[in-house]
Amino acid sequence: MIEQVVWLLSGCALALGCFFMLSGAVGLLRFPDFYTRMHAAGVTDTLATFLILGGLMLLAGWSLALFKLGMILLFLFFTGPVASHALARAAQHSEWKLPALKTRGEQGGATEPPTAAADVAEADALNTDRV
Amino acid sequence: MRYTLSLIGILAFIWLANSGLYTPLLLTFGLLSIALVLLLARRMQLVDRESQPLHLATALPGYYWWLFRKIVQSNLQVVSCVWRSLFGNRDAAISPIHMRVRTNLRTDLAKVLYANSITLTPGTVAVELDGDEILVHALAADGIEELRRGEMERRVGALEE
Repeated sequence: MIEQVVWLLSGCALALGCFFMLSGAVGLLRFPDFYTRMHAAGVTDTLATFLILGGLMLLAGWSLALFKLGMILLFLFFTGPVASHALARAAQHSEWKLPALKTRGEQGGATEPPTAAADVAEADALNTDRV
Repeated sequence: MRYTLSLIGILAFIWLANSGLYTPLLLTFGLLSIALVLLLARRMQLVDRESQPLHLATALPGYYWWLFRKIVQSNLQVVSCVWRSLFGNRDAAISPIHMRVRTNLRTDLAKVLYANSITLTPGTVAVELDGDEILVHALAADGIEELRRGEMERRVGALEE
């Protein structure tokens, strides 16, 4: 009885994980530019891996495999943001550098409009290590 | 000293959990490799408060739990954006924005924790950490609004005390 419940739970977790993986992949293909695509990749990085590894952990039962899967999860959660940050920083030094604090699209109404002087200072600060 | 001890403990745990074979020969190899890693880490001066934040050990699980719920929440938001952009109007689904978020966190450790937490939640990425400002790129404006409200920052700050 308990076994069936565990199987069912792990099946659900694996299926949900697959769904989130797929969503991340679709986002990666559909989103317009580098930075937004990174957000889509974040989905596969976090919840999808958690669900899939969690489902596998349920199947593994109390064994060494459980600890190993747990460790994989831990390492992924620690290294994921570092890799994302490295990518974003690398993009800052390339042609995809974020324009100095203007919002793309008009929906971001919450921002205060940046002044010209602030823009220049911003660009200077960002470019110090490029020159 | 206690940082060295905790490093030994962690390394021994990783070795034991990954090997699964407990013959004397392999355990000796394990001890030798732990000693080697310890020697290297000491020489590189990596064994300190920053690499092993023992003082956070009691508070971290609570923060991780909160962060995990946050991650699930923002995952659902990003996934809904993805499917809306697939089936609806591609440009209406998302409104990417980036902004500098000011932080009051003082220590490097707290700042890195904060920035990593921002990156770990899908929908917001910490692009650059510069002094007490973090350049954040977000999929929608409310992601940044939420950071501005500062709940995450407050929780990271509470960890350090």
